[in-house]
Amino acid sequence: MSDTPPTDDPTPPPETPLEALARHIRQAFPDAILGHEIAHGELSLNVRRPAIVEILRFLRDDPECLFEMLADLCGVDYPERAERFEVAYNLLSLRKNMRVRVKVSTDETTPVPSVTGIFSGAGWYEREAWDMYGILFDGNPDLRRILTDYGFEGHPQRKDFPLSGFVELRYDESLKRVAYEPVQLTQDYRTFDNLSPWEGMTTMQLPGDEKATKPPHGWRSPVIPAKAGTGS
Amino acid sequence: MQPQRTEIETEIPVDHSGLNTYTMNLGPQHPAAHGVLRLILELDGEVVERADPHIGLLHRGTEKLIEHKTYLQALPYFDRLDYVSPMNQEHCFALAVEKLLGITAPPRAQAIRVLFCELTRILNHILNITTFALDIGAITPALWGFEEREKGMEFYDRVCGARLHANYVRPGGVLYDLPDGLTADLARWVEGFPKFLNDLDSLLTDNRIFKQRTVDIGVVSAQEAISRGFSGPMLRGSGVAWDLRKSQPYDGYEKYDFDIPVGKTGDCYARYLVRMEEMRQSLSIMKQVLDSLPTGPVKSDDFKISPPPRAEMKRSMEALIHHFKLFTEGYHVPAGETYTAVEAPKGEFGVYLVSDGTNRPWRCRIRAPGFAHLQAMDFMSKGHMLADTVAIIGSMDVVFGEIDR
Repeated sequence: MSDTPPTDDPTPPPETPLEALARHIRQAFPDAILGHEIAHGELSLNVRRPAIVEILRFLRDDPECLFEMLADLCGVDYPERAERFEVAYNLLSLRKNMRVRVKVSTDETTPVPSVTGIFSGAGWYEREAWDMYGILFDGNPDLRRILTDYGFEGHPQRKDFPLSGFVELRYDESLKRVAYEPVQLTQDYRTFDNLSPWEGMTTMQLPGDEKATKPPHGWRSPVIPAKAGTGS
Repeated sequence: MQPQRTEIETEIPVDHSGLNTYTMNLGPQHPAAHGVLRLILELDGEVVERADPHIGLLHRGTEKLIEHKTYLQALPYFDRLDYVSPMNQEHCFALAVEKLLGITAPPRAQAIRVLFCELTRILNHILNITTFALDIGAITPALWGFEEREKGMEFYDRVCGARLHANYVRPGGVLYDLPDGLTADLARWVEGFPKFLNDLDSLLTDNRIFKQRTVDIGVVSAQEAISRGFSGPMLRGSGVAWDLRKSQPYDGYEKYDFDIPVGKTGDCYARYLVRMEEMRQSLSIMKQVLDSLPTGPVKSDDFKISPPPRAEMKRSMEALIHHFKLFTEGYHVPAGETYTAVEAPKGEFGVYLVSDGTNRPWRCRIRAPGFAHLQAMDFMSKGHMLADTVAIIGSMDVVFGEIDR
């Protein structure tokens, strides 16, 4: 399903249900949908932020969509983008047995219209996206922090938030309460990306390295107690 | 005695003005809170006006940690989400990674995964039903159930070396093949387990106290359940016949013959009944898997993804390099994104995985079923008595490992 055939094929293959769905949705919102992608058997729509409520309501109520369940809502951070955050809505249609993903982008200050009026289960997901990323949701009746500590500062899942955080806490025997202190690591946090600079060639074929070409049956070797390895 | 009692009752005026509500804090350390739920309840007498769950006391930043780990290192975190159904969650992550890698596990590995996912479902439901019963006053089911659960966890132990945090399902297959004799012992256990189920049935299903505490408590209509994102027994208890194993089968679930139990009433009792029947169906699946267990490899033979056998590493330079690279750099997953969901015991467990083409996930969003369920706590407990909130929490099957992540 993931392999899309070349477009110059003389006989175009019949439209898959996902392609039909994408076409149907794009017809209904020619301006608001910026693009769509079908990969790994999943349909993903990029959508203009102001239209998100309208589109999700359409997706829920349209007889060809009936995406009645908001399975998930989450933020994603891409710091290099102009609008660094993306909010992904994963919808599920129980009657059509289909899934669709709708994505909008936003930044630190621009609120995303809340979809709590459409899916009553969206409230906590939006709270979590606010808590973790600082994405604002306009119209959410209860946009408090949800997972982090009372009085927490910052939005921990942003890519520029350090993994070790800023404060640590312990029970202080003399104060008889939990004491908050700045994080002190006895050694610096070490991160190994293990991405070798001279070999980060995951798709490229190095000249003279033909023997590394993946055989059609994978990197299998002969039977386990074989005498030699994989012909190296 | 009788006249005295009526006298006392008439002495206490019931205030319905709504001005007399008071706030009560339940948890975070409370046996009926199933972990670390802090529930702020606004009560009018004994009637719940508003319930505000405060979650996050077990928040460990799993999603953030996974972004800093390779795909293989990220796997054990999934055991620690819903720690009573670890393998189902590993399974979900493995399926998501496999989808991005474009591989599938060999048939034997798929069958082993199904086998252990169903075993996990049974263990999860034992824990839920028995502790649920414990919350509302029945002690014996917990004593009996935990003994049976321990037997089930021995199979975990035998297959992966750990009772709880299995780290067994890997992208591309499973870690080890089943040890000798395990299938025979599992078959024996499957054979004997219905006796325990019947015992549990006789203890609870027609138990007057149990029914008084659960029937018509926390009723959710099908429409509400869908709109609030319910899944699993919470959704099926409300009469929606939806199970990902049937509707979007993965890893060969379409090969097995099983039924999806559906509740009629949408109350706590219906959810209990659904779970009871699900255990029987899981047993049937396990039996079918054991009868049709294919032979062959249990993990991908692509040594770029799964480690080569140890014996070979002693001989083959290339195998050694593969091993070294796998456990330092890990494998690179092609850029892309996927939302993959499985039917975990508690409901739809999903992983929204965004890969940027490196050896670490760019984003690994974990969709926990309990999160959506607990969100409906206010809706479900409104107008019920204080003691009923405990029954509702019990029937939701909340585990804070997955809710707080």
